[in-house]
Amino acid sequence: MTRLIRTLTLAASLTALPACASTPAQRGLMVYQQVCSACHGMEHVDYGDMSGLGLSPNEIRKWAADQQLPNGTDDNGDPKTRPATATDPILSPYPNEAVGRLANHGLLPPDLSRLALTLPGGAEEIRQILLSYAPTPPGVTLDEGRYYNTALKWKHIGMPPPLQDGMLTYPDGTRATSAQMAGDVSAFLDWVAHPHQAERRRIGFYVLAYLALMALLTFLLQRRIWKGRR
Amino acid sequence: MTSPLKTPDTDPRGWLERRFPVMSFVRREYVAFPMPINLNALWSFGAFLIVTMAVMVASGLFLAINYTPDITQAFASVEAIDRQIPSGWFIRSLHMGGVTMLFGCLYIHIGRSLWYGSYKAPRELLWLTGLGLMLMLMVTAFAGYVLPWGQMSYWGATVILNAVHAIPLIGQPMSELLLGGDTLGNVALHRLFVLHFTMAFAILATIALHVAALHVVKSNNPSGIDPVSPTQTLPFHPYYTSRDGFALCLFLMVYAGLVFFLPDLLTLADNYVQANPLVTPRDIRPEWYFAPFYAILRAVPSRLGGLFLAAGSLAVLFVLPWLDRSTIRSATRRPMVRLSLPLAFASFILLGIAGMHAPSPAWLLVSRLAIGWWFIHFLLVMPLASEREMSS
Repeated sequence: MTRLIRTLTLAASLTALPACASTPAQRGLMVYQQVCSACHGMEHVDYGDMSGLGLSPNEIRKWAADQQLPNGTDDNGDPKTRPATATDPILSPYPNEAVGRLANHGLLPPDLSRLALTLPGGAEEIRQILLSYAPTPPGVTLDEGRYYNTALKWKHIGMPPPLQDGMLTYPDGTRATSAQMAGDVSAFLDWVAHPHQAERRRIGFYVLAYLALMALLTFLLQRRIWKGRR
Repeated sequence: MTSPLKTPDTDPRGWLERRFPVMSFVRREYVAFPMPINLNALWSFGAFLIVTMAVMVASGLFLAINYTPDITQAFASVEAIDRQIPSGWFIRSLHMGGVTMLFGCLYIHIGRSLWYGSYKAPRELLWLTGLGLMLMLMVTAFAGYVLPWGQMSYWGATVILNAVHAIPLIGQPMSELLLGGDTLGNVALHRLFVLHFTMAFAILATIALHVAALHVVKSNNPSGIDPVSPTQTLPFHPYYTSRDGFALCLFLMVYAGLVFFLPDLLTLADNYVQANPLVTPRDIRPEWYFAPFYAILRAVPSRLGGLFLAAGSLAVLFVLPWLDRSTIRSATRRPMVRLSLPLAFASFILLGIAGMHAPSPAWLLVSRLAIGWWFIHFLLVMPLASEREMSS
């Protein structure tokens, strides 16, 4: 139910507010840019897809241009890079899986493109995980690179606690508490995992209204044609 | 009205008619075509199937334009259709929702034929072409489900190809033909893509056969007694075109509800994880329309036995016109069938539910009882009931 309400508020905010207004998903994008993207990518999402979230082409170009992508090799065979463009995917910061594992105690930070869809608990599970870090209780020893987290079945996770109160400043003045950022980033990941959902529902409403009208008209037509026949 | 055949060549209708009588064909088969006066809503499902099939072919063509049948790119190309291709999300949802609508309508269409005895003389060929269409649709749906190359695509295909491999004699060559190598990989994906694409058009051709057969033997009706006088029939147009038009609007509302408001109902979330041959999903579940057959495969301890029973559950439908010798068509007029057939329908539905749950002892028992009743109904009740009805 809360998920439905959140999705509906997101859908409403996307259509009703101007691009400069800050919605949970837009604030979540900031959290992604400044926190999550240090380890996670969204390889199926392009920078340009953020226009669906209300980002202006200039904001998208600026963000993309700050990211470097591998670009073949130069004449000496040394790897080259280039700035990303709006049609490039938002890749993981690690050039390959091995480097990603090396940097994270053997665990690979998962891609976030569809995480809010493929996790059994959806976006809410992401929020819970982000808010369920706790000090390791006495008597419990965790391997190096594991962090105590009560939201998981085995009570530990490979991701260090990513959020701290006030670690970033929201331009709309919202206080960046951990709880606020966890909610915002899960709203953002929900949007990423369900592309075009607001548009899908908006069009669906018109399609159903049209079909209902057609159903009424064809019903009256067939009743008139069949009059006296049965 | 004078016959177009007698008009001078200056009249384009007469000119066309003498060379290719398409106008009189349409008039005879789709305007004046005599339909029983008492058809109920269940007779609209054939029209739903044809419309959905047309939507599937049209949306499939657009998906194929943007799809890459290569294991390194297939998953990403489907993601691009969902995210970046303009209206790609809509076309893909139409195609995914269409499968559910096709199988849903097909099972209801077949259930109606069973209830009202539409498979009996002289409609045996109509019945057989229809069952052939069902098998073709199953092959097409299986091949299509592999294409997005998600975890369920990969592991579902592995289960099916292992099952195919277990068929005596033809199993091994058949699975080799599909795989084109030792493992499910690039060659297999390309072959399944071609199979999916080709089967779609083969289905269209077989639908033409099915409809041609229908126009020879004409529609059955709820009473099961063919109309004898012109007062018991009505022309197809405008009576059934108007009624099918209304039914179609309601049908499309259900379809649109699925596409626009419940897109996640159509697929298992695991299929949004790219196929990984090294990681087996927690539980491999089929899509709902294959669940009854998956339940049969699991409920039998032997793999070959399960395969034999799953194939047998369909094979009994193919021989049904010869198992059921009674001339009475409608189940409403056959006391034994009226009790036994709904139980067979319930068995099919229970098998479907069982196939989507983990195989606990309770669900295995339910599956076995349901399989038992399915075969008892077709192999014992139908011949016995027809024998009793024919002797009385």
